[in-house]
Amino acid sequence: MRDTGKTIEAYLPLAMPIPRMAAAEKYLRRAARAATPYMMVAPAIWSLCVFVVYPILYMIWLSAFRWDMIGPKIYVGLGNFAELFSNPDFYVVMGNTFRFMFFSVSISIVGALLLAVYLKAKTRTNAILQSFIFTPYIISMVSVAFMWVWLMNSEYGLLNFILGKAGASGVRWLEDASVAMYSMIIVAVWKGLGYNVIILISAMHAIPNQLYEAAALDNTKPLKTFFRITLPMISPTLFFLTLMNIIAAFKVFEQVALMTGGGPINATNTLVFDIYQFGFKFYQLGYASAQGVVLMALIAVCTAAYFGALARRVHYGGEA
Amino acid sequence: MQAAAVFRKTFGTACRIAVNLLIFAIFFIPFYWMFLTAIKNLGQTLQTPPVFWVSKPHWENFSKVFAAIPFFHMLKNNLIMTFGIMICQFFTVIPAAYAFARFRFAGSGFLFGLTLATMMIPAQLVFLPLFLMFSRMGLINSYASLILPWATSSFAIFMLRQTFKQVPRELIEAAKLDSASEWKIIFKLMLPIAKPTIVTLGLITFILNWNDYFWPFVLTTNNAVRTLPVGITSLNIVDGGVKYHILMAGNLLLVAPVLVAFFFAQKQIIKAFTYMGGK
Repeated sequence: MRDTGKTIEAYLPLAMPIPRMAAAEKYLRRAARAATPYMMVAPAIWSLCVFVVYPILYMIWLSAFRWDMIGPKIYVGLGNFAELFSNPDFYVVMGNTFRFMFFSVSISIVGALLLAVYLKAKTRTNAILQSFIFTPYIISMVSVAFMWVWLMNSEYGLLNFILGKAGASGVRWLEDASVAMYSMIIVAVWKGLGYNVIILISAMHAIPNQLYEAAALDNTKPLKTFFRITLPMISPTLFFLTLMNIIAAFKVFEQVALMTGGGPINATNTLVFDIYQFGFKFYQLGYASAQGVVLMALIAVCTAAYFGALARRVHYGGEA
Repeated sequence: MQAAAVFRKTFGTACRIAVNLLIFAIFFIPFYWMFLTAIKNLGQTLQTPPVFWVSKPHWENFSKVFAAIPFFHMLKNNLIMTFGIMICQFFTVIPAAYAFARFRFAGSGFLFGLTLATMMIPAQLVFLPLFLMFSRMGLINSYASLILPWATSSFAIFMLRQTFKQVPRELIEAAKLDSASEWKIIFKLMLPIAKPTIVTLGLITFILNWNDYFWPFVLTTNNAVRTLPVGITSLNIVDGGVKYHILMAGNLLLVAPVLVAFFFAQKQIIKAFTYMGGK
């Protein structure tokens, strides 16, 4: 402290209110400490409320109205849902969505399992092949879609050229209503497979080696080793991976918009693309919102399954 | 007996090589075909049987891409959107993850539950109401409408919280004794420890948003803030028809940066995505 030449008594009048100040300061400091965590989560929670929670509530509310974005909103209660469930096109769209989901997810998961077993040994060749399989996953769906539109071109496409060389007749990959959905599934699997492969391989690497050594001592057949050791040990990963794949499949949009536009004759029209059409092309926002509620229900079921399983795993002391 | 064993081994190796080649072909040829088409001219593109090599690359396809779409403007938009999202997430995710990892406060369970519950909600579910919200505020065709909805990430909060939770309590208590403020603890102590997780999350956020087509597509009505993936799709029709060589040239420009990055950092990128799926 600088010596100002004054004795300590000179400061006494100033010092008088100090005990009360200290109390106030202590109180303020405690309040600030209590507020700290709230301030820390505030930006994130605010953003989630405004951009996730509110839009969903707004969508549910909107599903009870008929609205063309310009005119007044007309309350119709559950009318949009009644209309939805009596519209044969909706069943076509849902059928497409589930077909796409079922085939793309099961092919991708089973394919990834086979490839993971095939490529799990830590060799240079396997690492290179893994990189190649993974590449489509990290590039834009726009690029993937156009690459395949070109490969699947029925007149000049490479695929039909190869088929022709093999003596088969060309396929109208994207123009034939009975084939187009399977072409979409091929592209979805091609793009997403690599992710499933690397996740499954890393799960397989986490299996303790003693299990395999014991199996080798018993001369267990490879197939039996797979079903008795590998598969049970990776089953939690497999379960979560499948759920993530299912959710990803339910929200398919880019592929549909860029490769077929939902056609031919609605054969590849899926739920999100239909929501987009009704919302942004036909301006039936209430109806589109009702479809959105259906999508939300599908995703909610998957999420509930996910967290239900997660809770059980934690409960039984499994490693999370 | 020995001959049979030798035969079986050779046969096994041959099969393995064949399968490897098949995998390679399935995942390499589409990329090669894109590249090859991008340097062909229209005649070579539509030639049957197709040519598998061109001796004189038609680089002018790329200048046609630049002429057909405002390429660099869209590249700039792509950078603004991607880095805007990353910067916002940096400042929203880190404090929230720290608070959820370190404090038990009234409502913390509920707020963390809310964060988890929103983790699975995709853009495809909220685009319609958010479009209406932004259009009411006059924010369609603005960077705000591209960035703000992704200003935070439940997933990143969850992942980072797990990392923060692993930091020993004594370390934080020691810092507290030195009367370091909570913010100082975050930035001086926690961030260096959690650096690998943060880099990983950043990498994933970058790749996913750089590639995103859906959001900038549904939230824009003109080219003002449109990004490259949206721009490339308008190459679908050039001069009144589909010109696959131009489309593939644009496509190549879109994927090239990602492919180059992947080539140099494949280990880290694969590890990042493995880490994301492993929890």
